Order: sequence, then C-alpha cells, then structure tokens
Amino acid sequence: MNAPTGAAPPAVLLELDGVRKRYNVGLPNEAEVLHGVSLRIDRGEFVALIGPSGSGKSTLLNIVGLLERMTAGRYRIDGVEVSGLDDAALTLRRRSTLGFIFQFHHLLPAFSALENVTLPALMREGRITPAQRERARAVLAAVGLGGAMNKRPGELSGGMQQRVAIARALVLEPPLVLADEPTGNLDTVSANEVFALMRQMHAELKTSFLVVTHDPRLAARCDRVIELVDGRLVHDGPAAGPAR
Amino acid sequence: MLGFETRVATRFLREGRMQTLLIIIGVAAGVAVVAYISALISGLQRNTIEKTLGAQAHLTLSPLEDVVLSARAPASAGTTELVQTQPRAQRPRSISNWQLLVPLLEAMPQVVAVSPMVSAAGLATRGEASKAIALMGVDLDRYDRIVGLRAKVVDGRARLEPGEGIIGRELADDLGVRVGDRVGIVTGGVTDSLRVTALVDLGVRELNRRTVIVPLRTAQSLAALPGGATSLDLTLADIWSAQTLADHLAARWPYKAESWQQSNAQLVSALNAQSVSTAVIRGVVMVVVVLGIASVLVVSVVQKRREIGILRAMGATQGQVLRVFLLQGAIVGALGSALGVLLAVLLIWAFTHFVRGSDGLPLFNITLEPALALRVAAIATVCGVLAAVAPARRAARLDPAEAIRL
Repeated sequence: MNAPTGAAPPAVLLELDGVRKRYNVGLPNEAEVLHGVSLRIDRGEFVALIGPSGSGKSTLLNIVGLLERMTAGRYRIDGVEVSGLDDAALTLRRRSTLGFIFQFHHLLPAFSALENVTLPALMREGRITPAQRERARAVLAAVGLGGAMNKRPGELSGGMQQRVAIARALVLEPPLVLADEPTGNLDTVSANEVFALMRQMHAELKTSFLVVTHDPRLAARCDRVIELVDGRLVHDGPAAGPAR
Repeated sequence: MLGFETRVATRFLREGRMQTLLIIIGVAAGVAVVAYISALISGLQRNTIEKTLGAQAHLTLSPLEDVVLSARAPASAGTTELVQTQPRAQRPRSISNWQLLVPLLEAMPQVVAVSPMVSAAGLATRGEASKAIALMGVDLDRYDRIVGLRAKVVDGRARLEPGEGIIGRELADDLGVRVGDRVGIVTGGVTDSLRVTALVDLGVRELNRRTVIVPLRTAQSLAALPGGATSLDLTLADIWSAQTLADHLAARWPYKAESWQQSNAQLVSALNAQSVSTAVIRGVVMVVVVLGIASVLVVSVVQKRREIGILRAMGATQGQVLRVFLLQGAIVGALGSALGVLLAVLLIWAFTHFVRGSDGLPLFNITLEPALALRVAAIATVCGVLAAVAPARRAARLDPAEAIRL
C-alpha cells in the first residue's frame, strides 16, 4: 500500500509521548483535559479506548485524528512527526493516513451510498476512475450493501448507514481507522453486526482500528484496551475477552 | 479539474432546492432589471440623439462673429480700463476659402461628409399668405449625407434644380401649397420664386414650419453672398468625437466650430444625468444581488456545518471547501444571469409590443445587444463569486472537530 519499495513499513503506526491538551489557555476557565498521555499503536492492532464521560477520550481521538492540535507533547504517525505541521499538511496527512467512523455515521445526505464511498477518491484526485468506482462497489458489497448502493442515507437504516461509513473509511485502505462510538447510536443487534463487520474488515485488510466505546462488551472483543480516566491513561493491556 | 468541488457544490445547491431556486430567481430579477433598464435607456438615448441629429450636423464650421474693438490706446501698465462697447449686429458672412477647406475636412479620418450651406432668414409668400422662414441653400447630395434628407421626404421627390425647392410639411400646410406649386421667397431686398418638388418631415414641427431648402446658388443670390457659404456642416463617424474635433478645428483655423453637444447642451446634460441615474440604479441592484447571494450562502454554511466538518475530517483542504462555496456563488450567478437575460428579452418584447405612441407605433426601438447581455451576465456571475467570498472563507475556517461535534 504505502510501504516504501523493498522495505516493510515500521511496526509502530503511531506514538504519542506526553501529550497534553488545554482549552481556554490564558482565560479564567482554562482547563487541562489530557495530562501527558503516552501510548503507542502498532500496525494491524484493534484497540479499544474506554473511559467515563469527560475522561478526554474524544479529545484524544481528535488529536490522534489530526483534527485538533495538542498543547504539548510529541505525536508521530506513520513515521511523521506532526506537531509542527500546518493545517494544509495536517489535512493531507489525515487524507492519506486516516479513516473516520463517527457515532452518528456522518454521511453526506445529498450523496448516495456509492457516492459517499467514492468521495475520498474524488477529493484526492478530482475525479473517480472506473477502477476506483469498482473498488467502492466491492467494499460496499463486502459490508453487505450491494443492493443499496444508489440509496441516499435517509433511505437506509441506522445500521446500514454505519456500514456505509465503514466502507467509506476503508475504501482507500488507510493504515488507521478511528471510530468514535461507532455502535453508540444502534440497537444491540445492529451494534453487534456493525462491530463484527469492523472486525471482519480488520482481519481482511489488516488496517489498525482505534475504537472509542462506552460498551465494555465491545471493548472486550478488541485486541487491546486503553482506559482513560480524568485525562490520564490508567490501563493499557490486552482485552479480557468476551467474558469480561 | 475541480471535480470534487463541482460535485459537492452542485449537490449542496440541489439539496437546498427551494433556497437555491429563490436566490436564482432573485439574481434573475436583478439581472433582468439591469439589462432591461440598460437597453431601455440606451434605446431612449439613441432615439433622442437620432431625432436631434436628424435635422442638424454633428459639427458646424462658421465664420467667427464680428466683435467691436476699442479704439482707445491701452491703459498704462498696472492698470486696467473697463471699456463698455455695444455688441455689433451680426450680418451673414461667408466662410473664407470654404472651397479649399472642404477637401481638407473630407480627408480627416473622423469626417464622413462635408456639406456647404448658405442660410438666411426670409419670408415665403403664397398669394396673400406669408410666413417667416429659415432659408437653407445646399448641394442636395452632400446635404443628404448630413441629415438624410431624401429619407425624410413625405411627398414628392427630392430634387433641387435651379428654381426648385423643398419645404417643410407644416409650412406647406400653412401656405396651402402642394408638390408642384410655386412659392415666393423674399430675403432682404431680393425676391425669387421656386417650384416645390418635395415636402419633408424633419422630425420637429417647428423646423417643418419654417424650413425652405433651395440650391446653393439660389441661396447665394438670395442672401447676397455670391460664391459664399455661411457654414460647413460635418457628419462624423463617431458622434461622441464631435466636441474633441470641434476644439481641434477651432484651435487650428480661425473659424467658429460648434459641436452638436454645444448646440444641445441641455440635452447632453439630461442624457448625462440619465446615464448617471441608470448607473446608480444598476449599482444598487447589483449590490442587492450580491447581498442576496451572500445571505443565502451564509445560511447555507451554517446549515452545512456538519457536512463541512465531515469533508474536512475526510481530508478536504481549506482551499477545497473555499472553492465549493465560491463555485456555488458562481453557479447561482450564472444560472440567475441566464434566466435574467431571458426575462429581459421578454420585458423588451412586451415593451415594444404593448407600449405604443398615439400613432400606434412603438415609442422607440429597444434591443438587448448580445454584448450588453453578455456583459451584464458576466458582471452578475462575478458578483456571485464575490458574494460567496465571505461565506466561503467562513466555511473554510470552520474547525472540523467542532463542526462534527454539533
């Protein structure tokens, strides 16, 4: 995929070192929500990020997703130190390295399922080649939406919309997919199906996943669990398995 | 090129269909008003100028007026003596060397036609009736190129052989003459008689009531100016160059050069005021169009915050988001312009078909020149893009993390 010719990509996909995040710096209501978080995710890992509300999960996910800047610390992703990059460089890195799955699917309502999935290619190259269109069809078929490609998000169920979001996140095969409560808005059956699909795609594509979830049962089905409490990393280890 | 931006911009516009439709109609109304007013005013001005210049030259050269010079010796240095003199009565005088001047003027690139004229005041008599007239002696072919005399003939056939004359329609009515009848002409102490070959309508009733056109030689003898010409009338390729040429000629030769603008100063002022008013109206309409597009796009940016956040999270650059909204402005401007031009054509058609004068004919001819339509459409499209600049910048600067959280 993005590997240098003749050499395997390094095992470490991302590495955070002493990352701090403060809001309202210099104001009376200044608050630090991340207090020096350090963590490392290797290629091909399926990691859960758990923690109570207000623990800083979303902030950490936004920093990992290059959507927010950290106040202090170091962050390397795919071999590149990103703390000094400007907005344009961060955007291009986000485009080439990351896929996103949000809690409320966040599809573009004016575009069909297929168009939503081809958007990343269109954004990157300004056009969609027949091969890219075929690739999008194949990914949509792989997430079980072969018959709903031309439907708009409004015509799909919540579970189906989340499947489209998964297809969109994976279509360009980024090294890392960030999922923010991907099943948080779904009923139990749909949530299980969507999570199973993510695991299946992970197994097939070897893409790394960082999944923010409140659901301990889902976290238990990940390879590794990172727990954040009050902006500090309090646990990082293998998941206990489905019985946890 | 711009495939992503175009696709997203058109989808955003289609998504807010009613909003898009309303703003396109707004732009169309603005463009239609601007195009229609421009065509109307330009038609009105063209018509006014054509009617005004239908009976007069673009530029007239005549002898300098006689002035009275003080016979007293100049005042000593450092003092000024104010001398009151009575203006001298002006008598008909010929332009000196006019025969040599004509080819020089004709050689000028701006000059289309030159026609010598002898003009004098007099009386036209028929039986016991007599009317004050303005006698004009001309060479018919040359004069025709100045005012299009032949096209103004309403009865008879324009011909000016010795002993023949052309008179205004109202003068013919006043004197009770028809084509072929004879009319007496009296100027000073000279009397002559001529046969009317044609009646003309010069477009102005007062002119028709006093115009008598005779051969140049006849007028020379009636005005006691043998071989002379009281003025040279010029037609120019560009009527708006008349004043510049008049200034140039007056500086070059010792003649009085008067442009049509000078002899119609009030008309020119009115036309200028009209042009300024039209420009103000056009400017205000365009500002309204810009504000309309901008307000709709500002609302659109607020409505599309989440989508913008998603696109930014997916890797859309600030430039791409900026261009999405600029394109929306351009599309709305272009579609509104196209519709507006069609609307203007309809308005012009309605004006020329339903607004008629007392004679049942259209008041004047107005057309929407393709160049004007294109210019208005291009300006509206550019306005659309300009209107989109502020909302587009706002959209591009949205914090993606914050936009997604909403």
